Amino acid sequence: MLNDFISQVGPSTVGGLASGAIYALIALGYTMVYGVLRLINFAHSEIFMIGSFAALFVINLMGITGPLSGIALVGTMLLLLLASMAASGGAAVVLERVAYRPLRRRGASRLAALISAIGASIFLQELFALVIIPEVFDRPSQGRNQVPVPRLFDRETVFSIGNTDIRNDHLFIIVAAVVMMVLLDVFVNRTRIGRGIRATSQDPETAVLMGVNIDSIIRTTFLVGGAMAGVAALLYAMEFENLRFNVGFLLGVKAFTAAVLGGIGNLRGALLGGLMLGLIENWGSIFFGSEWKDVIAFSVLVLVLLFRPTGILGESLQRARA
Amino acid sequence: MGDLTGANSALMIPPSQGAQLAVDEFNAKSTKVKVEMVKYDSQGNPDQAVTQVQQAITQDKITALVGPGFSGESRNVGPILEQAKIPSISASATNPALADNGWKFWHRVVANDDVQGPAVAEFLVKAKSAKKAFVIDDAAEYGAGLGDAVAKGFESQGVKVERDKIDPEGSDYSSTVTKVKASAPDVIFFGGYYAPLGRLLKQLRDGGVKAVVSSGDGSVDQALVEGAGKDAAEGAVLGCPCLIPFGSDVPELKTFSDNYKAKFGTDPLIYATEGYDAMTAFLKAIEAGNTTSEKINEYLSTIDFPGVSKQIKFNPNGEIAASVIHIYEVKDGKVTWLGDTSKAQLS
Repeated sequence: MLNDFISQVGPSTVGGLASGAIYALIALGYTMVYGVLRLINFAHSEIFMIGSFAALFVINLMGITGPLSGIALVGTMLLLLLASMAASGGAAVVLERVAYRPLRRRGASRLAALISAIGASIFLQELFALVIIPEVFDRPSQGRNQVPVPRLFDRETVFSIGNTDIRNDHLFIIVAAVVMMVLLDVFVNRTRIGRGIRATSQDPETAVLMGVNIDSIIRTTFLVGGAMAGVAALLYAMEFENLRFNVGFLLGVKAFTAAVLGGIGNLRGALLGGLMLGLIENWGSIFFGSEWKDVIAFSVLVLVLLFRPTGILGESLQRARA
Repeated sequence: MGDLTGANSALMIPPSQGAQLAVDEFNAKSTKVKVEMVKYDSQGNPDQAVTQVQQAITQDKITALVGPGFSGESRNVGPILEQAKIPSISASATNPALADNGWKFWHRVVANDDVQGPAVAEFLVKAKSAKKAFVIDDAAEYGAGLGDAVAKGFESQGVKVERDKIDPEGSDYSSTVTKVKASAPDVIFFGGYYAPLGRLLKQLRDGGVKAVVSSGDGSVDQALVEGAGKDAAEGAVLGCPCLIPFGSDVPELKTFSDNYKAKFGTDPLIYATEGYDAMTAFLKAIEAGNTTSEKINEYLSTIDFPGVSKQIKFNPNGEIAASVIHIYEVKDGKVTWLGDTSKAQLS
C-alpha cells in the first residue's frame, strides 16, 4: 500500500492539479453568480459545454486536423481562447436575460429560478444532441455520441522529478488556469466594476442606493463567469479531445462541489476547492481504486462542511445570510 | 424479433437484414416452398416481446423464429415458444443461463458470455506471452462481468492480475493511467463499451503506456478508432463471439458482404453473419422437406453445415457446438478481422 503510494503519488499529483484547475475555472462561474444573486446557476455546466463546442467549431473552420507548432500554435490558441470565452460568456448573458431576469423582475422565489435553471440546462443539452451536433457538426443521428477533437499540439515531457514526468499539456492547463484566476482576482478587487460586483453581493439594496446599476452588474457577473467556463472548455477540449452533449454535467457537479468546498461566493475559495478536489480524487484512487474517487471526494466535502459550514475560506465575497 | 427501432437497434438491424438476405436468396431459388419473413420490433423490451410473440403464434401462425435479440427478452419468450412448440434460434443473446432452462425448442448461433472471457485471456497469454495483466472495467453489469471472467481466465493461466474501474461517463482517467503505469503490465484488458475505451486508450498512450490493450464485443466498432485517435488505437486487440467481415478477402465472407451491401447499401455489421446463419438453419430444414414446426425442430438437432460465421451444429441444450471467439485488431486505423482464437495471428 505504502509502496503503491510512493510510486504513484507524483503522477497523481500532476493529474489531480490539472483536473483541479479545470474544476476551479468552472467553479468561478457558480461562485460569482451565487455571490451576487444567491442562485445556483445549474445551467452553468451547459455554458461550459457551449464553449467547448465553439472551440471545436473554430478548429473545424480553420481546417486543423493535426498538431501545430510555433507561431501557428500560439495564434490558434489565442483565437480559440477568444472564441470559447466569447461563446460561453455570450451564452451566459443570454441565459440570464431569458431564464433569470424575467423571474427576478416579477419577484419570483429563488426556487422558481432554480427550476428555470434546470429547465435551461436540459433545453441546451437536448438542443445540442438533437440539432447542433447532427447539423452543424455534420454527424447525423449521432447527436448523443462523442465528437472527437483533433490534437492541437504534440505532448512531450518538459521535465521530470523522480518518476514523475511533467507534460507540456498539463503544465499549460495549470499555468493558464492560475493566470486567469489572478486576472479575475485583480478585476474584482481593483476595478470599478469589480467594486460594483462586491457591493452588490454584500447588500444589493444599499448598492442600488449608492448608484450601482444592478442589472448591468449582474450581466457582467454572468459574462465574466461564463468566460471563465469558456477558458475551462478550451483547456478541456484540448486535453481530453472528446466532447459530448452532456460533457458539462459531471464536471458541473464537481465544480459546484469545489465551489462549496472552498466557500461558495469566494473566488480564492473556488481555486483552492478545485485544486483540493482534484488532488483528493487522485490521491484517494491510489489507496481505494478509481471507482472510489467520487465517494472519497464527497466524504471529504461532508467532513469539511461539518467543521466549517461555510467552506474552507468562508463566504467572503458577501455577508452570510441566515 | 429484436430491437429494431429502440436504443440498441444498431445491434439488431444487421442480424435482421442478414436473415432477410437468407430468405430472399432462398425464395429466389426455391420453387416448391416460399418463405415469408415477418419482423417483430420488441424494442428490446421483455414485456413487449411477450405480447408480440403471442401475436406471432396465434395470429401470424409463424413456423419458426429468429431471435429474440437480447437475453432479457429471450428469457421471457422462451417458455411461450416451448409451449407452442415453435423452434427459435437467436443470433445474439449471450447470457449463459439461457441454456440451463431445459428448453427443447431454443437454440443460438453465438458462444455465450462464459466462453468469451477465458478464450480472450488465453489468446492474449499465448500471443503476447504475458506474465502480468491489468484488467479495467466500467463497473456496470456487462463490463464488470466480462472483466471478472477475463481476470479469472488470466489467473488460471498463472498470470498476475491487477484491477481498476473507471466511470464510463467520466473523461479524466488519469488516476487509472497512473496505476497502470506503476504496475507495468504486459497486457491490459478493458470490460465495457467503445466510447470510454477510446478515451482511456488515448490517455494510456499519452501517459506512455505501451502494453497491448484489448477488449471484448462491446468495443468491436470502428468508432473506437475515432474516439481514441488513429495512433492510440493502433494495435488494439478485440475479442467477440460475433464474426464481422470488415471488408475481409476470405471468399465466403466477401460473397456475403457483397450480396449484403448490394441489397441494403451498408456493410454487414455486428451479428449480420449470425442472423444469416440462424435463418439459413431453418431454411435448410425446410429444403429437406420439413414444413411443420416440430419437424423443423427435430431437423435442427441433426443439422451440421458450414455457416458464414462458423460451423452450425447444436448441442442438445440448444447451445452452438462450435463456441468460437473471433479476434479483431486495429490495423492502419481500421478494425480488421483476424480469425478465431485458434487461428488469429497478431501483427
